[in-house]
Amino acid sequence: MAIATETSNSQGTPAGAAPLIRIEDLKVQYLSPRGPVRAVDGVTFDIRPGEVMGLAGESGCGKSTVAQAILRILQPPAVITNGRVLFDGNDILDMSDDQLNEFRWRDVSMVFQSAMNSLNPVMTIGDQITDAIQAHQRMPGRKALERAEELLRIVGIEAARIDSYPHQLSGGMRQRAVIAIALALNPPLMIMDEPTTALDVVVQKEIMSTISRLKQELGFSILFITHDLSLLVEISDRIAIMYAGQIVELANARELFEQPLHPYTNGLMSSFPPLTGDRVKLSGIPGSPPDLVHPPAGCRFAARCPRRFEPCGSEPLFAEAKPGHRVACHLYPESRTPQAQEAIREH
Amino acid sequence: MSIDRHQGGTATVAQRSTDFVMEVQHLTKRFPVGGVLDKRAVHALQDVSFSLPRAKIVALVGESGSGKSTTARALARLIEPTGGRILYNGRDILREEPRSASLSYREDVQMVFQDPFGSLNPAHTIRHAIERPLRIHRKAKGRSAIRERVETLLETVGLTPPGETASKYPYQLSGGQRQRVAFARALAVDPKVMLADEPVSMLDVSIRIGVLNLMERLKEENGISFLYITHDIASARYIADETNVMYAGRMVEGAESRELIDEPAHPYTQLLLSAVPNPHAGLRTDEATTRGEIPSLIDPPPGCPFAPRCPHVMPECQEAMPGVTRLNAHHWVRCHLHGSGQGEPTANLPV
Repeated sequence: MAIATETSNSQGTPAGAAPLIRIEDLKVQYLSPRGPVRAVDGVTFDIRPGEVMGLAGESGCGKSTVAQAILRILQPPAVITNGRVLFDGNDILDMSDDQLNEFRWRDVSMVFQSAMNSLNPVMTIGDQITDAIQAHQRMPGRKALERAEELLRIVGIEAARIDSYPHQLSGGMRQRAVIAIALALNPPLMIMDEPTTALDVVVQKEIMSTISRLKQELGFSILFITHDLSLLVEISDRIAIMYAGQIVELANARELFEQPLHPYTNGLMSSFPPLTGDRVKLSGIPGSPPDLVHPPAGCRFAARCPRRFEPCGSEPLFAEAKPGHRVACHLYPESRTPQAQEAIREH
Repeated sequence: MSIDRHQGGTATVAQRSTDFVMEVQHLTKRFPVGGVLDKRAVHALQDVSFSLPRAKIVALVGESGSGKSTTARALARLIEPTGGRILYNGRDILREEPRSASLSYREDVQMVFQDPFGSLNPAHTIRHAIERPLRIHRKAKGRSAIRERVETLLETVGLTPPGETASKYPYQLSGGQRQRVAFARALAVDPKVMLADEPVSMLDVSIRIGVLNLMERLKEENGISFLYITHDIASARYIADETNVMYAGRMVEGAESRELIDEPAHPYTQLLLSAVPNPHAGLRTDEATTRGEIPSLIDPPPGCPFAPRCPHVMPECQEAMPGVTRLNAHHWVRCHLHGSGQGEPTANLPV
């Protein structure tokens, strides 16, 4: 598939361009004896060509479930109950198994969290890369091997390591090898789910630099998922913040960092002790996320929110409070339903 | 609220053994590689020295495999060091209690582990988990006294209402709540020292600060000394009075926390700090200047372990590990760039 290479605006992403992928009102439930867990409950966003879209949130907020739904690799008891995932005009959720096999890896590939667990321990990394290539393309063995060597060089591993087994590589090199496999078919979108979480900070920095360089050289888009907001602000063009199965804020990365609108985003920002400046006592966010079997009727963050007020018993709309900056919070008039406005008037 | 630790003018040099609850001197730990004929050993700790002042938080930072947890385990006497001394209130405990730690030492020195999901027995209630140390160490007698003490402890760590929490099982609590239970359990025996091994690494970011604040409150209100082990140097700056940096089994630098971060002297500390994500600056796409990872600890060559990665490496770095150079009253470093002194590796924090 061809990637539209339109002129970029100042932020490095063609804001007006047609999105590469669009996720609309996605709902995923995990069936449990206590009732369905609404892990993803109405998520809408798009990713533009060449853009890094960051998806942040705490464990259990549904960010990895979104990634797995896009690739349709969710396993029972998870079920997609609603929504559309539009890629190149096709709804991924309607695809047959054959279509999915074509689509996966060629159009969207994925880098999983733990490189140690996602490589086969009894196969050389060269074999694992050629495997990925030949599963999708008819290519003679020697050519596939050449391509594998090229991919290793691209991600910063000496081609001589092609016959190494995963245990002979360090954690950072294994993660590079996993990225090489994801690059194998040159897909326009790569999903990276916590790709550096298991690594030390120095190695993490090296991998992040490599990812950033590859993105510039090859021009693919990334859906980058992590709980580490400071990492995300560094690499992303736009960031979506998820809480309890929903996106609560979505904006340009720098704007989100400098002027967060949602109290949850604010709380996340003040959860990272800074390395510079005066020592300020931080508070984090007291409390814990709601039970998604019985989510609260109104705003899901209300119980932990320091700025909770009357209308928060009703659900806020995910609306544009500033140009290109969407938020779901009653503090902003754009998010208020008629019901919420009434609640404010009554007080 | 802004706390400036530099206030207070001239630093008073701490009196040995009276202001330090624990002193670690030249601690060494070697693990045999295995195999009957294999004489090789993993040098997990080499010549590790530092001191833990009373009612202060001292952080140990470094990458995985640098020896942070081994240090904590040696202090808790979960593993026996190969060499060196551990002074507790001036007593050489490895010599006085050679076989295993006495009950009173185990009472005074408590450990909190990284994984709050693995450190609580899933088959028992929280009440049971906290009652056990109370009974074993005879800290409360009689049902109602024990019950009362359990609830006070839960209240201390911020789990309210305590009666309700006590009757729950671990699976009913979040990670942050479980880690608070682990602290309550350690507190049950009135410890003087807490060894906290990555206590917030597995917790969600929004609740980490709460647990860090709890440690600081226990330091201030209960006078507990903490050894805080972490790979997150920003959190060390946030709660630790003093921060020490470990690399490949060696202690390479130590200072008052803000000074360490504002003026790192060791090239490894500088590398560590440059790798911390910085949203203010944005990611630079040039590949990091220093490549490579922590070296093998099996029979390492002499010299500074960081030499193979160090951008400032000199011939003498390959030959011997430098001694301790004092840069000022509360900052020391072991690096040939700063000379090769004979100083003491204590930060001598301003009182």
